[in-house]
Amino acid sequence: MNETLLRELVPVVIGVLVRRGADFASAEDAVQEALIRALDTWPDDPPRDPKAWLVAVGWRKFLDTVRAESSRRGRELAVRAEPPAGPAPATDDTLRLYFLCSHPVLPRGSAVALTLRAVGGLTTRQIATAYLVPEATMAQRISRAKRRIAGLPLDQPGDLGTVLRVLYLVFNEGYSGDVDLAAEAIRLTRQLTALTREPEVGGLLALMLLHHARRASRTGPGGRLVPLGEQDRSRWDTGLITEGVAILQAALARDRLGEYQAQAAIAALHADARTTSETDWTQIVEWYDELLRLTGSPVVRLNRAVAVAEADGPRAGFAALADIDPGLPRYAAVTAYLHERAGDLEQAAGLYAEASRAATSVPERDHLTRQAARVRQLLHK
Amino acid sequence: MKYLLLKHYRGGPPATVDYGSMDQWTPEEVDAHVRFMRDFAARLEETGEFIDAQALAPGGAFVRYDGEGRPPVTDGPFAETKDLIAGWYVIDVESWERAVQLAGELSAAPGPGGEPIREWLEVRPFLGETPAVTE
Repeated sequence: MNETLLRELVPVVIGVLVRRGADFASAEDAVQEALIRALDTWPDDPPRDPKAWLVAVGWRKFLDTVRAESSRRGRELAVRAEPPAGPAPATDDTLRLYFLCSHPVLPRGSAVALTLRAVGGLTTRQIATAYLVPEATMAQRISRAKRRIAGLPLDQPGDLGTVLRVLYLVFNEGYSGDVDLAAEAIRLTRQLTALTREPEVGGLLALMLLHHARRASRTGPGGRLVPLGEQDRSRWDTGLITEGVAILQAALARDRLGEYQAQAAIAALHADARTTSETDWTQIVEWYDELLRLTGSPVVRLNRAVAVAEADGPRAGFAALADIDPGLPRYAAVTAYLHERAGDLEQAAGLYAEASRAATSVPERDHLTRQAARVRQLLHK
Repeated sequence: MKYLLLKHYRGGPPATVDYGSMDQWTPEEVDAHVRFMRDFAARLEETGEFIDAQALAPGGAFVRYDGEGRPPVTDGPFAETKDLIAGWYVIDVESWERAVQLAGELSAAPGPGGEPIREWLEVRPFLGETPAVTE
């Protein structure tokens, strides 16, 4: 059984059920049940027409639920048992699902979970495992999210910005458990590029592909984090890089720059260089300027300072750090790096240690601790 | 984001309410306290924020390695140790602010006379497993 194909069908089938008159929450539940049954029975008994199978089973599950509801409330069944076929604008349906599942009223964590289930076709258990959350908690989170958006019109244009943020969040979760969330985020973003011509969608897909191309080189033995400058560039996936660059160029050609395109451009410049020293840092700084203009984000300002130091030396890097709040995450890590570049190892070692205490993930903490240890060793030579 | 809400038998800043030890309370006060704790966990399950809740017995010991082929060394239990962990909740929430809000609610657990005991709870963020993709 092709599980990806099955997952691609999930949003389409939800769309069919909704067009037949089901409300989104019930349709989504019914299709999830059909999906679980498909995962269970298809390996031994594959259907001839997978989509028709899912529609039939999903619709039956939906009717069962509605009947149980109506008999409990002593009311008549309002939904027709035999719906009209109707035209099938499936692409619009799927696009609306993206908007609905990432609706701005939803907390980010809920939007992520709902998107993975309704658009991504993952089971509650898979999502719960990936996020290391009990299945019952994840089920609650999803049903609360659906209650929150119940009654919101399905046919309104949505907020693409929140959709992209949700997809990028999923991508950053990487790989844990049996679901590769980074690959899943790429699949969902790729699917989205087929549904809208907005250049930022292409920008995000390019960004993901360019990062994903370096995944194998980003971690060393035992999950050790390998920084960009030390990565074995022969292990970068040139196929993904080529594809990412092409998608980025097509997006940029539409002349509506956005933050994901700018970030992808920076990633593309890294991907293009054979070594750190061959990297076109001047152009990277220019892209950071664009990114800063678009977002005004202090995190961007911080990363820009590193690029400035690479382009014009640590002194310029320190100058670029002025006006940045030292309380920012990774501020200590950046200043540590600049001090090391400037030859001030004593300061660098202390700052690396400080940065390791402020790290928010285990690989980052271990990496910064190793940096502190390495610089201390240099000091005592 | 996951956070640990840590309950201490002892340790932390000085208590603001002297609620004594639970065995000095009335059975009704004990019941009300226990019910509050259970309801708190049930509410977290309902909001999709619950990960884990555990209580620890006060006893136990410190244990350490003592060299190849030798049994581990144990020390304790210490009746008068300064910091004693009573148990924890693990929550998965949207923000630090939400974690603080929930800890504040948990600290309102009723004690003698049904009054909130205002115990100090330690709130600690978990370190994640995946670093942010920033280069």
